[in-house]
Amino acid sequence: MVKLTVNGKAHTYDGDPEMPLLWYVRDDLRLTGTRFGCGAGLCGACTVHVNGAAVRSCQTKMSTLEGKTVLTVDGLAANGVMNAVQKAWVTHNVPQCGYCQSGQIMSATALLKSTPNPTDADIDRAMAGNICRCGTYQRIRAAIHTAAKERA
Amino acid sequence: MIIENISLSRRHFLGGMLSTGAFVVVSRLVPEELHAQAASAAIFNTKADTAMLHPSVYLGIEPNGTVFIVTHRSEMGTGIRTSLPLVAADELDADWSKCRIEQGVGDTRYGDQNTDGSRSIRDFYDAFRVAGASARSMLITAAAAQLNVPASELTTANHEVVHAKSGRKLGYGALVPAAAKLSVPAKDALTFKTKAQWKFVGKERKIYDLNNIATGKAEFGLDVYREGMVFASIEHPPVLGGTVKALDDKDALTVKGVSQTVTLDTIKPPVLFQALGGVAVIGSSTWAVMSGRKKLKIDWNDGPHASYTSEPFKAAMLAKVQQPQKVARNLGNVDAEFAKGGKVIEALYYTPMAAHASMEPPAAVADFRNGKVEVWTPTQNPQAVQDTVAAAVGVDKKNVICHVTLLGGGFGRKSKPDFAAEAAILSKKLGKPVKVIWTREDDIHFDFYHTTAAVYHKAAVDGRGKPTAWLQRSVFPPIGSTFGSPVPLGFELDMGLDDTLYDVPNIRAENAGADVHVRIGWFRAVTNNFHAFAAHSFADEMAHAAGRDTLEYLLDVIGPGKIIDLKAQGVDYSNYGAPLDKYPVDSRRLRRVLEVAGEKSNWGKRKPGNGWGIGIAAHRSFNTYVASVVEVEVDQQGRVRIPRIDQVADPGVVINPDRVRAQFEGAAVMGAGLAMFGEITAANGRIQQNNFDGFRVARMNDAPVQVNVHFVESGNLPTGVGEPGVPPVVAALANAIFAATGKRVREMPFSKTKLV
Repeated sequence: MVKLTVNGKAHTYDGDPEMPLLWYVRDDLRLTGTRFGCGAGLCGACTVHVNGAAVRSCQTKMSTLEGKTVLTVDGLAANGVMNAVQKAWVTHNVPQCGYCQSGQIMSATALLKSTPNPTDADIDRAMAGNICRCGTYQRIRAAIHTAAKERA
Repeated sequence: MIIENISLSRRHFLGGMLSTGAFVVVSRLVPEELHAQAASAAIFNTKADTAMLHPSVYLGIEPNGTVFIVTHRSEMGTGIRTSLPLVAADELDADWSKCRIEQGVGDTRYGDQNTDGSRSIRDFYDAFRVAGASARSMLITAAAAQLNVPASELTTANHEVVHAKSGRKLGYGALVPAAAKLSVPAKDALTFKTKAQWKFVGKERKIYDLNNIATGKAEFGLDVYREGMVFASIEHPPVLGGTVKALDDKDALTVKGVSQTVTLDTIKPPVLFQALGGVAVIGSSTWAVMSGRKKLKIDWNDGPHASYTSEPFKAAMLAKVQQPQKVARNLGNVDAEFAKGGKVIEALYYTPMAAHASMEPPAAVADFRNGKVEVWTPTQNPQAVQDTVAAAVGVDKKNVICHVTLLGGGFGRKSKPDFAAEAAILSKKLGKPVKVIWTREDDIHFDFYHTTAAVYHKAAVDGRGKPTAWLQRSVFPPIGSTFGSPVPLGFELDMGLDDTLYDVPNIRAENAGADVHVRIGWFRAVTNNFHAFAAHSFADEMAHAAGRDTLEYLLDVIGPGKIIDLKAQGVDYSNYGAPLDKYPVDSRRLRRVLEVAGEKSNWGKRKPGNGWGIGIAAHRSFNTYVASVVEVEVDQQGRVRIPRIDQVADPGVVINPDRVRAQFEGAAVMGAGLAMFGEITAANGRIQQNNFDGFRVARMNDAPVQVNVHFVESGNLPTGVGEPGVPPVVAALANAIFAATGKRVREMPFSKTKLV
């Protein structure tokens, strides 16, 4: 039995301890904002926060989450108000197909928590694990700078 | 009308599969008369259909003023789901906040729905203008009667009909009941807005789904869950056409949540969009079926395609491309020119296979019950889903309802709905809704690949280095094979092989197919990618051989420009399915994008060398003219960084400029990634790459840092924007690397060539 909090709600899980968090939030909780892209920690589409740190939910086993706090993109906008990163994504019209953007936004949100005023190099380093096949990278970089200013 | 661009000999190959919706076969299927179709003819009624005022299959208005606009083309990131409705809303003079967009199901009443070939706006711009203008006309007529004034005294603005003389205004909603009693006006009785009157077209507009994407609410194919649904993960034959020799599923069935396995029939040629076959693991969750699948023990009969190994295959193609092949275009006499014994330049280029690797892997939910199938899937081609599913489960196409979700990328892969057929077959067998989920490894292993190609160029040049004769020849396993043709179909040559726009007195293009051992499909920009890479690298090679500036040289070789009559040169040119009189091959427009590229980029402003270089290339594809200027930095270790790309495009009328810019930005990233890293190889019929570690795509740290997009406003009809940004980037990047390092890269992926 694993007790955890997801987007502010307490949950208990007693299924396969090997199951990745990705499929728990998607199939069990129907929080589908977290995307499946590679299943191997290579693309970042499934990025969520565990205790405030960005992790790849496809590589995070349920057995490791006892007492942990999980935040997914579905719970990012507090009371329906987008956070600074989400707002910047809208301002810069970042998404094309939009599929990877949940993970991009979660990675960017975590980056700004640890590095409130990132340089381009900081951004490249932090975001290199998030693939966007549509190629929205330059807008992602610009949006992160905008969000950093907004948060300052 | 579907086959108007296909010669009779090709029709033979295509046989009974024309309606499978390949863009090969579909040209311009736009219904001329979309008005007032009985809702009973619909496969599925939209809110536009059931709205009180319903002048078009694409549009309906309710008495509360809400406008429903149907997008029948698929949204995979181009913004089309917003752009086409904007066209209708503009003609209607609607308040955008009162417009609701609905995604159309697969239904022939919408006309062609195969969202590829960069032609949604080109082909449906008029139809959506008509939809909006028809509604507007009916509302005006109703208002004229109500106000008892001539219709000519009425104008419209922001969801109201206005009588300026009396200062009276009537809201659209209030006019709907009266307007709904009128007959829909004929198209030639409509008046359309002038460019000066456009309120939405040509202006920036946020895409409809933007907030939902930013908050995770956007619904993609993978996000569909139905009551009573089971999950399926399928172990496909590792070699195309392989069959199960022996299956041991005992261990798989011990996995909690796995209920059974189902062995599927193996695909038979021609492959079309059929299900591949293999063994499906069925269960109650995604994780259960993925885990169970790992425990399957399957012994396969590989079949003849186990002979396919990329290295010897490449050698054979490179040999074949240096031999004469079938002539696709002939102008003047290249042989006579070569025989004169002047200076000759030749070069050989090679590109490997590539995978689409859209971020959302293929997925579909199907629910077969009572002889009807309902499908939810991220497809570029819902009518092909209907056809493919109907054939797979033995029902009439009319009994297949295909709901189109948002697509997590497509790039051509999701035009081929084999995954939807799998879901339907399993649902019929199990009597329950089934969700089929492909893993990334499935996606990489069982793509309809961007084909591998060998291209050969030879030119005779005059004293100033200008070509007097130019021969180009390509050899590749064709897309035609997917439909049973052993040789490339005409359109595969009409993408950069037989339609070069350079003004050379003697031109010959030749082509041949190569053996096919995997499924081949169309990938963003299709055969343009390797044809343009070779042709515009070769142009740069000729410029350097002549010691001339490449931009100056290209403008000289293009000349002042003209409309090129390819038919006179033996080319039955398909022109991306567009009529040549309206969308001619016009080298003046190619010249213009090059000139603008010279002005807007750093071209000529800095001397290349010492690890910095700049390259240029221009290409017409999808009826659009694009020049790309790429800058590179190559460090001491030979690593390539791309600080800047300038994309100059003439795509005619631009509907939503920000989204068009985004397409050219993305094309620069995809083109650069494909050129630098994109490679799929086979050994013994098995694909050797598995995931994003083996098949590399551009990441933020290796993508072009800055992409600037510039439009040339030509006032021409709108043409493609999704694909034409890719091909010139590939060649311009190769040319930039040469300028920086002196190394000519003639083979993709470029990362395989040691630059220092």
